Amino acid sequence: MLKIDNLSKIYRVGTFGGQELHAVNQVSFEVGDCQVVSLIGESGSGKSTIGKMILGLISKSSGSIIFNGTETSSLKQDTLKEYYRNVQGVFQDPFSSYNPIFKSDRVFKLIKDEFFPSIDACEWDEKVENALKAVGLNPETVLNKFPHQLSGGQLQRLLIARALLLDIKFLVADEVISMLDASTRIDVLNLLADLKSRGLSILFITHDLCLGYYISDQSVILYKGHVLEKGVTEKIYNSPYHPYTKMLMTAVPRLDRKWEPVSIDIKAEVPNQIDGCVYYDRCPLAFDKCRQRPVLVEISKDHSAACWKLPEMIKG
Amino acid sequence: MSLQVVNLRVFYQTLRGDVHALDGATFSIADGEIMGLAGESGCGKTTLGYSLIHLTLPKKFVDGWVKLDGENLPIGDTDRMEAFRFKKVSIIPQYAMSAMNPTRKIGKMTSELLESRKVRFNDILPELKRRLDLVKLPQDVLGMYPIELSGGMKQRMVMVLSTLLNPSLLIADEVTSALDVSTQQAVSEMLVEFRDHEFVKSMIVITHDISILYQIADSILVMYAGKPAEKASTTTIINSPLHPYTRLLISSLPKVGVKYSSQRLSGIPGNPPLLLDPPAGCRFRSRCPAAFAKCSQEPPFVEVKKGHYVACWKERGIYA
Repeated sequence: MLKIDNLSKIYRVGTFGGQELHAVNQVSFEVGDCQVVSLIGESGSGKSTIGKMILGLISKSSGSIIFNGTETSSLKQDTLKEYYRNVQGVFQDPFSSYNPIFKSDRVFKLIKDEFFPSIDACEWDEKVENALKAVGLNPETVLNKFPHQLSGGQLQRLLIARALLLDIKFLVADEVISMLDASTRIDVLNLLADLKSRGLSILFITHDLCLGYYISDQSVILYKGHVLEKGVTEKIYNSPYHPYTKMLMTAVPRLDRKWEPVSIDIKAEVPNQIDGCVYYDRCPLAFDKCRQRPVLVEISKDHSAACWKLPEMIKG
Repeated sequence: MSLQVVNLRVFYQTLRGDVHALDGATFSIADGEIMGLAGESGCGKTTLGYSLIHLTLPKKFVDGWVKLDGENLPIGDTDRMEAFRFKKVSIIPQYAMSAMNPTRKIGKMTSELLESRKVRFNDILPELKRRLDLVKLPQDVLGMYPIELSGGMKQRMVMVLSTLLNPSLLIADEVTSALDVSTQQAVSEMLVEFRDHEFVKSMIVITHDISILYQIADSILVMYAGKPAEKASTTTIINSPLHPYTRLLISSLPKVGVKYSSQRLSGIPGNPPLLLDPPAGCRFRSRCPAAFAKCSQEPPFVEVKKGHYVACWKERGIYA
């Protein structure tokens, strides 16, 4: 459904834009029909940048984003509108997604004016009610309210309902549940999982490994704009190969396992390197060859990692 | 008994009346204990933490008392608390990233901070350097501005600063939430190390992330809507909680190895009550699957087993 090929985003930074920051560097992955793919990475890994490039909110520097066979950057006006009818995003902070001056259901009205001007009001109200019920909200309690009168979970679900009204095929969910409380976040997560069975593909962007495992079919591990490992979720979580993925899996606090008593060496952040492995400075296994950029190598079906030590690891 | 809090009530003053943000907290922390304070947003955990060190408007002290090392802590009196702050009670604030003065070099700021407490910087300097080594910060940071440090380094610098005068009680408010997972582990383990080195006697770690508490805390106090719901040792809270809220909360957390297709988790229906005019009785009643007639009275926070406190009529019935 969505194919990302060698996507890069370069920002000009420093005085007079003299330096380059590779926020996303030659990232490729695919999202199939009815599939949930999670993009996992720490802050600064470029995961949100990828989401925003898919949504066309920021321009890409090179590479291609192909949706159902069409390159998205070639879309203009009518075709672009058609693209947004299929692809929508929901973001981290539900409170800042709304204009606080207007009532929150204005987001539905905007959809009607823009995409469905010919539908009559009664039919539209029914559609809105159905969409709200689909996301588990009671229309009476959420319609005609201002954003501050609703909870974060309700607002987040309203945004998903808004996306549903368009009958979208692809949703970019950028940290949608990070702001929600533990007791309500799982409901939103279940909602996304249910939507999958209605034919929706989801790009689930998160830093929380547990949430990623819960919902996704495929996972992509990002670090400083590079894909270090990608593949079937179970394989990545149960038998990670890349040293960074291994570190992530042990360092994430879990309820079923205590941390192993290793002292993690924390170093100051180093700027993204242009060549060489991005994890070189922190990697315990780094050796001379790591000054060259490793490429993604397939380990088994639907599981690949980018590390020079990979042949040794597979053997041993 | 290092810290003892009895029936502490702190309200927020608003134009529409008092918000009962903290309504009767009773607990104690032993020497050397790291107590995790967990709960959802708006449950009063940060209010409780800040009340113990800096209680200012719109917060209003209503009732209760606090004892630290057998001494009364005058938390309702901002001026008298001044003698305790930083020396006896210290805090690592939520946004440690922006806690340091950006216009001062870190060493200069530290010396000003110490002199405001009538402590000479040069007396402390050797100890300060030792502690910087301990948290793996180069000693040069004292000559740097905060902007030159990364987020994790700033966090560690603030940790060293906050504990410099060996306070009896340290309040750590969401110290790890803005950090990356690897830094998060290192910083959390340093908190434990600070306790092991006896830089601080006891600690309250406030966080919404229970899995962090499972790694570092000795005991956990779970709060709901301004009241303590359950307090017990960490393993008890995670593995055999008694309060229905704690049970539902723990079971709603996804773990690695749990997928929605094989094991579907469920959240807690409903929302916490508004604290402007809180309902009588148990505040979890409207969302509680085990609620019955007696829940319209307020359940007391009682010890049902050694070191295990619960505020629930059902649980009390079992053990009474």
